[in-house]
Amino acid sequence: MAMELKESSHSKQTTELMTMVQAINNGLRTMLEEDERIILLGEDIGKNGGVFRATEGLYDVFGDNRVIDTPLSEAGIIGTSIGLSVNGFRPVAEIQFLGFIYPAYEQIMTHVSRIRMRTMGHFTVPMVIRAPYGAGIRAPDIHSDSTEALFTHMPGLKVVCPSGPYDAKGLLIAAMEDPDPVLVLENMRSYRAQREEVPVGKYAVEIGKGKLVREGTDITIIAWGAMIAIAEKAADHMEKKGVLCEVIDLRTLYPIDREIIAESVQKTTRAVIVHEAHSTGGLGNDIVSIINDTSFLYLRAPIERVTGFDVPVPLFALEDHYTPTVARVIEGIERVLDF
Amino acid sequence: MEQDYPIKRIIDNEGFLLDSSYESQISEKLAKEFYYHMVRVRTFDRKAINLQRQGRLGTYAPFEGQEASQVGSALALESADWIFPTYRDHGATLTFGADMVRTYLYWNGRVEGCVPPEGKNIFPPAVPIATQIPHAVGAAWAEKMKGTTNSAITYFGDGATSEGDFHEGLNFASVFKVPVVFFNQNNGYAISVPLDRQMNSATIAQKSIAYGIPGVRIDGNDCFAVYFETKKAFEHARSGKGPTLIEAVTWRTGAHTTADDPTKYRSDDEGKDFVDPIDRLEMFMKNYGYWDDEWASGIREKTDLEIEAAVEAMESFPAAEVRDLFNNVFENMPTQLIEQKDIYLAHLRRV
Repeated sequence: MAMELKESSHSKQTTELMTMVQAINNGLRTMLEEDERIILLGEDIGKNGGVFRATEGLYDVFGDNRVIDTPLSEAGIIGTSIGLSVNGFRPVAEIQFLGFIYPAYEQIMTHVSRIRMRTMGHFTVPMVIRAPYGAGIRAPDIHSDSTEALFTHMPGLKVVCPSGPYDAKGLLIAAMEDPDPVLVLENMRSYRAQREEVPVGKYAVEIGKGKLVREGTDITIIAWGAMIAIAEKAADHMEKKGVLCEVIDLRTLYPIDREIIAESVQKTTRAVIVHEAHSTGGLGNDIVSIINDTSFLYLRAPIERVTGFDVPVPLFALEDHYTPTVARVIEGIERVLDF
Repeated sequence: MEQDYPIKRIIDNEGFLLDSSYESQISEKLAKEFYYHMVRVRTFDRKAINLQRQGRLGTYAPFEGQEASQVGSALALESADWIFPTYRDHGATLTFGADMVRTYLYWNGRVEGCVPPEGKNIFPPAVPIATQIPHAVGAAWAEKMKGTTNSAITYFGDGATSEGDFHEGLNFASVFKVPVVFFNQNNGYAISVPLDRQMNSATIAQKSIAYGIPGVRIDGNDCFAVYFETKKAFEHARSGKGPTLIEAVTWRTGAHTTADDPTKYRSDDEGKDFVDPIDRLEMFMKNYGYWDDEWASGIREKTDLEIEAAVEAMESFPAAEVRDLFNNVFENMPTQLIEQKDIYLAHLRRV
C-alpha cells in the first residue's frame, strides 16, 4: 500500500479516513472532476445518492447529465452504456445488487465482452459496471448472491473485487481508466466495516495484481472481498498455535495474479482457498489449476477449498451457515497441516 | 392519452357514489368486507414496520396507501385462481388467504414464509422486478390448456414496466389469448425514481394498445372501482378473450423499504391530494348509513388480536434447521451435495 503511494506522483497528497463506500464515492467524484467523458448511470443513484449512498452528493455537484437516474432496467443500463462507450463516453453503470444483474447478462456476455474482438479493435467498450454483492447483512432474497465466477468465465471482461477502502478507490479508478470493460464487485458487508487512510486525490491500484496482506511461512490462504477478514481472523487464531499463515488478497479475479500465488505457495508449500461463492464452478477451482500449473511439486498436501455450498444463497435466517466462517477456515487449514 | 384512459372512479374522495349504476351492486356486506380486510392488512403492515424498528424483523417493504388496490383486486379472485405477487403485495396475498404467521416469517429470512397454505396458488414474492409477469402468463396458459376457467393475476409496480419481462409477458399473453390479469399498481415511485423519469408515456394503461389487449385505468384508492374492474378483467379472461392490463393509480405513502429514506428524493407536498383509501371507505359507509361504531371497533379489536397472535407464533416458531440449507435444492440430492451437507453437519457438531 505504502509502496504504491511512493510510486505514484501524488505521494504527498492528503489522506482522509474513509469507509469503503466513502472511498468509492470519493473515487467517482475524483474521476468525474478529472474526465468529462465519465458519466454515471443506474437506478436511484442520482437524487437518492444510491441505496448504499455510494453516489451521495454527486448529483448535486455534477448534475443530471452526468449522474443519471435511469428507468428500472438492467439490460437497458448496460445496453445503452455499450452505445455510449463506443461513441466517446466512459459510462460507470451501477447495478443495484449483483443478484439483479441477470437481465443484463445477455448484454454483458454477448456484447460488452466481445465487441473489441468482433470488430478487430475498431469498437471498444471502456465501461465500468459496479455491483454490490455478498451475504451477511440480513438483506431480502436475491440480494446476497456472490456469482463472480459467471463473469470471470466471460472472455473479454476484467473483474476486480476490493476488500477495503484504499483498494476500492484505487481499483475503481484503474477500472475507469482501463481501455476494456471492468466489473467492480463491492462487498456489502465491507462497505462500512472498516476505515482506512485514503488519498483524496487520484491514484490507481493496478488491475491484475494481488496483495500480500499478511506474511507467513506455513500455509497460504487465498481469498478476496469479505473473505479477507475471515481469513485474517483464522490466521490470528492459528498464530496462537504457532502456525504462521500467509494471506493473499487476490483483488483482481480476472486476470488473476499467478505470480503472487505461485511465489507464496512455493514458499509455504500449502494452500487454502476461501470464497463465498458456490463450490462447483467457483473461482477456487481456477486457483487450484494455477497452483497445479506453477507449483505442483512444491506442495506437501492437497489444496483445501472453503466455499459457499452448492445451494442458492438462503434467506437470511440461514445465511451465516452458507458463507464460510472462521471455524470452517481453521478446519480447512488444519486438514492441510495434518495431511 | 390521458383522455383516452380516464381514471375510473365509483366513489369520490368524500365517499359519495359517482356512478349510480353500481348502487345495487354495493351492499353493506360488501362495504364491510372491504373495510375489514383493509384494516386487517394495514394493521399487519404497520406492525411489520414496528417489528423491524425493534429489531424483531428484517428489512420490510410497506404497502400503506395501496390497500384498496390490493384488497379490492384480491377479492375479485376465485379461490382456485393463481396469484403472482411482488414483495409489496401482502395486502393482496393475505386477503386471498396467505398465512399471516408465514408472511411475517418471510421477512425474518425464513424460507417457510414462501410456502403457501395447501390448495392456495400463491407464488412467493418476486424480488427482482417484473420476473413474475411471465410466470403468471404460464400458469394461466396451463389453465387454458387444461380447459378450466381458472385464471391468474400478477401484481407489479410502475418501475416493472421498464423491464423486458413486462413486454415479454404481455406479448405472450396476447398472442396466446391467455386468461391472465396484469394488475399494475402505479404508486408514483420506483424507490426514488418518479413516474415521469420511468417512462415518457402519460399512462401505463395505454401500453395495452401495443399488445392489442384491453387496458383500463382506475383509481387505485377506490376499492369499489378496483373490485369491479378487476372482476370485469377476470370475466374477460374466463370467457376466453385473453388478458387485460389494469393500471391502478395509487400512492406509496411511506418509504420503499425500512432501509429507505424518502426525504432524500420526495418533497413533503407530494401526495398531499392523496385521500387514504380506508378513510374514504369510512366516509362512504357513513354517507350511506352502513357505518356502525361498535362494529368498527370490534373489527379493530379482532384484527389486533389476530396480529398479536401471529407475531407471537412467528417469534415462537421453531428455529431454522440447517438441513434446510441443502434440502429441496433437488428432489434427489446429488452425491456431491450430500457430501457437502454431511461435512458441514459434522463440522457443526465439532465446533
